[in-house]
Amino acid sequence: MGSMLKNKGLYALLLLIAISAQSQAAPGMSNLLFYGLAALAMVLFFFLIVSVADNLMVIEGRQSGADRTGANFSLFPKANELFGKKAPGYLDDEPVYSLKKGHDIPLEGKATKKISTADGVTRYAVQPPNFLGLRPIPKVTVEVGDSVKAGDVIFHDKNMDRIKFVAPVSGEVLEVRRGAKRAITEVIILADKDQQSRSYELPAADADRATLVDFLLESGVWPFIRQRPYNVVADPEVTPRDIFISTFDTAPLAADLSYTVEGRMDAFQAGLDVLNRLTDGLVYLGLDGRGDEAPSPVFTEAKGVQKRYFRGAHPAGNVGVQIHHIHPAGPKDKIWTLNVDGVLTIGELFLSGRYDASRLVALTGAPMAEPHYVRTHVGANVGELLKGLVINKKDGEAVRYISGNVLTGQEKNEDQFLNFRDNQVTLITEGSEPEIFGWLLPLKQRASISPTIPVLTDHLEVTTNTHGEKRAFVVTNDYEQVMPMDIYTQQLMKAILVNDFETMEGLGIYELVEEDVALAEFACVSKQPLQSILRKGLDTMREQG
Amino acid sequence: MSALHDFVKKFEPDHENKFLHTTYDAFYTFLFQPGEVTKGGTHVKDGMDLKRLMVHVVLALQLLYVFGTWNIGHQHFTALGQYPGLLEGFHLKLVYGLVKMIPIFLVTHVVGLGIEFIYAAKKGHSVEEGFLVSGALIPLIMPPDIPLWILAVSIAFAVVLGKEAFGGTGMNIWNIALLARVFIFFAYPTTISGDEVWIAGMEKLPETGAWVGQQYGGIYSFFDWIFSGLGASTFGEGGAYMLSAADGVTGATPLGLAAKGGWAEVTQYYSTDQMFWGAIPGSIGESNKLFIILGMFFLAVTKIADWRIIVGGVFGFIFCSLLMNAMAPDVFTENTQGIFKFMAIPWYYQMIMGSFLFSIAFMATDPVSAASTPTGKWIYGFMIGLIGLIVRVWNPAYPEGWMLAILFMNTFAPLIDHYVFQANIKRRAKRGAELAAVRDELITEKQGRMDILTPENV
Repeated sequence: MGSMLKNKGLYALLLLIAISAQSQAAPGMSNLLFYGLAALAMVLFFFLIVSVADNLMVIEGRQSGADRTGANFSLFPKANELFGKKAPGYLDDEPVYSLKKGHDIPLEGKATKKISTADGVTRYAVQPPNFLGLRPIPKVTVEVGDSVKAGDVIFHDKNMDRIKFVAPVSGEVLEVRRGAKRAITEVIILADKDQQSRSYELPAADADRATLVDFLLESGVWPFIRQRPYNVVADPEVTPRDIFISTFDTAPLAADLSYTVEGRMDAFQAGLDVLNRLTDGLVYLGLDGRGDEAPSPVFTEAKGVQKRYFRGAHPAGNVGVQIHHIHPAGPKDKIWTLNVDGVLTIGELFLSGRYDASRLVALTGAPMAEPHYVRTHVGANVGELLKGLVINKKDGEAVRYISGNVLTGQEKNEDQFLNFRDNQVTLITEGSEPEIFGWLLPLKQRASISPTIPVLTDHLEVTTNTHGEKRAFVVTNDYEQVMPMDIYTQQLMKAILVNDFETMEGLGIYELVEEDVALAEFACVSKQPLQSILRKGLDTMREQG
Repeated sequence: MSALHDFVKKFEPDHENKFLHTTYDAFYTFLFQPGEVTKGGTHVKDGMDLKRLMVHVVLALQLLYVFGTWNIGHQHFTALGQYPGLLEGFHLKLVYGLVKMIPIFLVTHVVGLGIEFIYAAKKGHSVEEGFLVSGALIPLIMPPDIPLWILAVSIAFAVVLGKEAFGGTGMNIWNIALLARVFIFFAYPTTISGDEVWIAGMEKLPETGAWVGQQYGGIYSFFDWIFSGLGASTFGEGGAYMLSAADGVTGATPLGLAAKGGWAEVTQYYSTDQMFWGAIPGSIGESNKLFIILGMFFLAVTKIADWRIIVGGVFGFIFCSLLMNAMAPDVFTENTQGIFKFMAIPWYYQMIMGSFLFSIAFMATDPVSAASTPTGKWIYGFMIGLIGLIVRVWNPAYPEGWMLAILFMNTFAPLIDHYVFQANIKRRAKRGAELAAVRDELITEKQGRMDILTPENV
C-alpha cells in the first residue's frame, strides 16, 4: 500500500509538471521550464541511485536472515512505521511478522467477556463428517441405549482403526443419524446430570514415542491433531516435520482465545510438552501481536516452543498463513496443526487423567441481543445452546445459525450440533429480499474490500445475500488484496478446475486448506466458490498421491 | 418497492422459452439485485459484483461521452468556418454530435448485446456484463462518420469470434473493443484512417477535389424548426465549402502532421492547449486529455483498473520516447526526413498527441486480456508503452500504435504470466530450502536443552 501511494504520487507529480508545461510553453520553451525539468531529472536520477542502493541493502538483510526479527533494513521508514500504529513494546525482542494484506470484516455482535453456563444443553453429538480423510461410514461400536462415559469410544474408521473417536460427555446414546447414502452424520448422546470421565492409565513421562502415540490414539484425543497437506486427521504412522498452533483467531467475531485459556496455564503447557514428544522438529506457537496489550501469559510464557508473533488483519491468525511465513510445507512435508482447545484437552488428560471436552463457546452475531460466552462441551446442540436467549429478527427475515464464523462455518438448524473444533456460534440475518438497483446504489449495509463501497461503521449488520451472481473469473486484483501469502490464488484455482496436477503442486496447493482461501472467496467479484474448488483439488491430489 | 418487484415478477416467462427467460433475467437483475442467499462456502459476500465493477468503467467514460458529442459538432462547424468559438452555436454542435453519436451507440449495443443474449440463451447461462464496457468503449474509438453497417459487422466479428468462440466474458484473449476497431482498420481502412475521416459531415467533390459540408435535411430541419421558434441560430441549408488548409484548418490529426514535419508542423495547426483540451479532430472519445486523466484516476483509486498497468505503460512510453529523442539528430536541415523530426518530439508532447492516455487507461487495463499477476502487469504495461510508440513513430503505415500494441501484448500476456508463475514456483522452492536450514539450527539449539522432552532425549 505504501509503495503504491508513493508511486501514484510520483506519477501525479510527473503528469502535473507535464501539464503545466503544456499550458505555458509557447513553441519555444522558456528557460525557467527547462531548468525546472533539468532539476527534476536530477532529483529523479538521485532518487533512483539511492533507492537501488537501498534495495540492495534490504536484499542483503534478507539473505543473511537478519530481517527475520522484523527489523527494517531500509534507509527509509516503511509507510506503516510512519503512519501506522507503532508496534507495542512487548514485541521489542520478539520475532514479528507484519502482514500487510488481509481484511477484517467489521461485523456487529462481538461477544462480551461474560460467561453463562449452558444448563439447557442436554444433547451432544459426535459427527463423523467433521473429520476429513475418513471413510464415509465408520464402525460404530456403541448401540442406541448404551450408557457411555466421557472418553468412551463411540466409533472408529474402517481403514485406520487405531484412531478412536470418543464421547465428549457421559450419558446415554440417544440416536445414530444417517444422511445421504446411509453415511453416519451424527451420533447423539443424552448427557447425564453428573458428568463422569473414563479413567486412564497415563504413560510414563519418559515413555517412548510409540507408546505415547498408542495412548493418544486409545484415549480419543488423537482427532484433535490435523495433518497438512489436505487438513485430514493425522496419520499415526507419520512423524511430522513440525507442529504448528495458532493461539489467536482473526476471523470475524471470533472468540478471544486469551480469554479461553485464562487460568489454564498448566494444562496448556502439559499439552505442549506432549506435542514436543511427537515430533523430531519444532513446535511453533503463532501469537497475537496486534493488540496494545500482550496476549495471555499462558501463551507468551509457554516453554519449549518457538514463539512467533503476527500482526495484520485476518487471515493473520490462520495457522496456514503462519506456516507459510514461518516455514511452508513442501510437497513431501507432513505438518501437524492443532487448535488451542485441542492442546488444552490433551494437556488436561495428562494433568488430571480425565477426558475434558469442555469448551468456551462465543455466541456472536448482530441478531444476538447480548452476544457473550457460554461454557459447554464439544458438539453441543445448537438449538439448546441458544434456548432462552433474545434473538432480534429484522425485516421479517429468518436468522441463520452458523457453527463457526461467517467465512468458514457451517449452517446448522436447531436440531443440529456444534462442529467438533468450533468454539463459536454466529447468527446472521438472511438476505432474501431483492434490492432495487442494489448493484448500482447499495443502500443496505454490506461488507466490501472495494473503495466503491465505503464501509463507515465498525458494526456492520450484513446479511447472507450474495450481492450478485456467479460469473467466470474476470478481475485479477481482488484475491491479492486479501491473501497474505506468496500464492497466485486465481491461477491455482484455474489449475484445479482443469486438473493440471503439476501446476497445482508448483503453485502451492499443499500449503492451503479451505479456511486460507475463505477471505478470497468472500472478496471474489465473480462469486466463485473457492473453498469447494480447493477441496476438490485437494481430494484429487490425495487420490493421486 | 416490493409492489414494483411483484409487478416486474408478473412478466417472468416460464423456463420453456430459453431466450425469453435469459433476456427477462438480464433485465430483472439489472433492475433488482436478486434475493439470492449464500449456500455452502462463505456465509457473507462482498458487495462488489461484476455489474458494479463494469458500471464504474462506464461511469469513468461519461465525461468523454459528453465532450466527444460536443466535439463532433465543434469540428464540423469549425471546418466550415462557422462558430469558431468553443461555446458559439453550442446547441447546434450538441445536436449535430448527438445525431452522429446516438446511432453509433444504438447500433453498438443492439448488435453486441443481441449476440450476447442469443449466446446466453443457447448456452443456458445468464447474460454476462462484459459487453457493458465494450459497448461503452467502442463508440469512443470510432471516427464520427463511421458507416453503421461497417460498425455492425465489426462488432459482430469481435463478439462472436473474439469472445463467444472462446467461451464468453472472462475467457477472451483479446480486448473486444479493440478487436472491433482492428477489424475495420484492416477490412475497411478508408473509413478509419487518413486525413479525411475525422471531421464529420464532410464530402470530397470528385470533379474539383474540394471539400463540402453536408446538406442539412431530415432530422436537422426538425431541429431548425425548434431553434428558429426559440430565436436561436439554426443549421440552415448547409452544403457550404470547407475552408482551405491555408486558413488554418485541416482534417489531419496531430499525428499525421507530426509524421510529416515533427512538432513544428503540428503546432502550425494545433496549439498544445487545443491538443490537451481536445478540441481537435480524432476518434470520438480520445481527444480530451483532462477527462481521460480524471477517468484514469477514478479507475485507479477505486481499484477497478490496476494502476500497475497504467504506471508501467507511462514508464514504457517515456522510456521509448527518450530513446527516440536520443537517436534523433540535434539539428534539422531541409533534407531531414519527417520521421527524424517525429522522433525528436519530447515525451510530454508525444503524450498529448494521439490516444496513448485513453488506451492505457481504458483499453490496456481490461483485466481479462491483460496479464493477471502484479509483476506481469508491470511488464505488460511497460511493453505496451514501448511498442505502441515504436509503431506510432517508426511505422509509416500506421498513424497510431496503441491498438496494435495492446492486441499484441494481449497475445503475449499469458506468456508473461507463465514466466511469472514459473518464477513463483522456483522462488517458493528456494525459500523452502532456506527455511529448512534455519530449522536445522533451531533444532540443534533445542536438542541442547534437556528441559524439553523430545523423541530423542526421553
